[in-house]
Amino acid sequence: MTTADTASLSPSRAAWRRLMQHRLNASALAFLAALVLLCALGPVFSSYDQAQQNLELKASAPSRAHWLGTDALGRDLLVRILHGGRVSLEVGLLATAVAAIIGVCYGMISGLAGGRVDSALMRLVDILYAFPFINFVILLMVVVGREFWLIFVAIGAVEWLTMARVVRGQVLALKELEYVIAARACGAGFWHIAWRHLLPNVLGPVIIYASLTVPGVMLLEAALSFLGLGIQPPAASWGVLIREGANAMETYPWLLIFPGLFFSATLLALNLLGDGLRDAFDPKSMPQ
Amino acid sequence: MIRFLLSRLAQGIVVILAVITITFALSQMVPGGAVRNERNVSEETRKAQEEYYGLNKPWIVRLGLTLKHYLTLDLPESYHYKGRGVDEIIASGFPVSATVGVAGLLIALGIGVPLGAIAALRPGTLEDRGSTLAATLGICTPSMVLGPLIALIFGLKLRWFNVAGWFDTSDWVLPSLTLGIIYSAYIARLMRGSLRETLALEFVRTARAKGASEFAVVFRHALKLASLPVLNFLGPAAAGLLTGSFIVETVFQLPGLGQFFIAAATNGDHQLTIAISTFYAALIVGFNLLVDILQAVLNPRIRLQS
Repeated sequence: MTTADTASLSPSRAAWRRLMQHRLNASALAFLAALVLLCALGPVFSSYDQAQQNLELKASAPSRAHWLGTDALGRDLLVRILHGGRVSLEVGLLATAVAAIIGVCYGMISGLAGGRVDSALMRLVDILYAFPFINFVILLMVVVGREFWLIFVAIGAVEWLTMARVVRGQVLALKELEYVIAARACGAGFWHIAWRHLLPNVLGPVIIYASLTVPGVMLLEAALSFLGLGIQPPAASWGVLIREGANAMETYPWLLIFPGLFFSATLLALNLLGDGLRDAFDPKSMPQ
Repeated sequence: MIRFLLSRLAQGIVVILAVITITFALSQMVPGGAVRNERNVSEETRKAQEEYYGLNKPWIVRLGLTLKHYLTLDLPESYHYKGRGVDEIIASGFPVSATVGVAGLLIALGIGVPLGAIAALRPGTLEDRGSTLAATLGICTPSMVLGPLIALIFGLKLRWFNVAGWFDTSDWVLPSLTLGIIYSAYIARLMRGSLRETLALEFVRTARAKGASEFAVVFRHALKLASLPVLNFLGPAAAGLLTGSFIVETVFQLPGLGQFFIAAATNGDHQLTIAISTFYAALIVGFNLLVDILQAVLNPRIRLQS
């Protein structure tokens, strides 16, 4: 895929090295790893449960017992943020996976088929770009009753358009390469070429674009939850917590500020990592 | 050119009809209708209402009627706001959304373009890093966090503006500021990237070689071409801004189109749901066309073809 000029390193090794050269990228990756661990394990080790109410402690400020304070029902905010982080990250990853699967299949078929099929499929993508998808997602949420799996399927189903374009562009370039022509000459069929020869080489750009999709998807989930259409309380996602915090911000500002900080920091790390990956893998930005 | 416009117009009509159909199909699945969400309605009233709104007909007839309403521009009545046409409701909500949106867009351009341009003109300097950092932070601050924070500071603490509602002439300021800051971050990032790429192009070198001043190089030559990606971003973004950001309208409780849409979707007011989606789709189509034309004006290498 990329031609590595760093003599003995494989292309992906070289790209990984370029990625880690920047301290910002490395710290973004470290932050995300720590966050994932914390969200996965933190609630297990905490002595509080995310739904456990303590009405004596209604909305207490951060203290030694509750590091980030408690909400209006006396629930520990830190535990709720970590639980919410699980949900937000899960939706982010799963919705991106849905978008990637649809986009890869669509783009691959379009690029490999070429000709009329290609131009028809791409015309459809152009047309779909003009659709008010946010309205559709809101309606879908109202229709099927805010189930967890539906949220990420619905978000993924509207976020695949750019992915399809990226994949199609790659496939158009790849299918003229000699090894694909050789495979075809050996009698390999459409699906064999797509699956065995093109997919592995398309994955790089797909991963890069997917890493840039995750923050957008997480924002959409948070927006839906903020509007009361996404994750339903008492389950928490960061959107739910921010909504609760925004309603109580005048008297208990920490309920807005802490979930907001976690969310923004995660978006920042994901964006930095996505940009870093793009720069590291993009042949245009390789050292001359 | 004319052929291009005609074919795009035809494509736009197809999009709008498809949006009507999809929204119709989705809204049929939402429980609700003209009277179903009201309590204590007698059987007779319900039947009479369903008869009046044509809800007792099979779905295919209703879809046909809906499409006919829009094709003949004779728009139906809302189920929820009885006796009011959906166009009347859009006409009451749109000015609110549009005021906030236009002001937000101007703020976004006012902050974003200079910020991005300065960063691109002085690569690697403190200004570049500062503005890039500001833009990255802006992108990572969701409107559902920024909006309440702005309301908290300027509304609740400083008491300069109302926190919620649409009563005073200054009520557009805080929501527009929220939208403006968020969109300015995207604009600054796009501007920086594209101006840097443009400044490396040969026609800029030619202009410099001819002895054009730095000012002329940037403003007369480079900026025109460099604003194309920003323009591309602004097309769909402007449509979204004009029809109301769902989040910002919720935070500041503005009676704009976004709020009407959410209410209509949850109330089962299908006619209004379809109408607002269609209006939004029409705006997107219109703005995309405008962007295409402007692009051709700004970049002589782009020709409009169908």
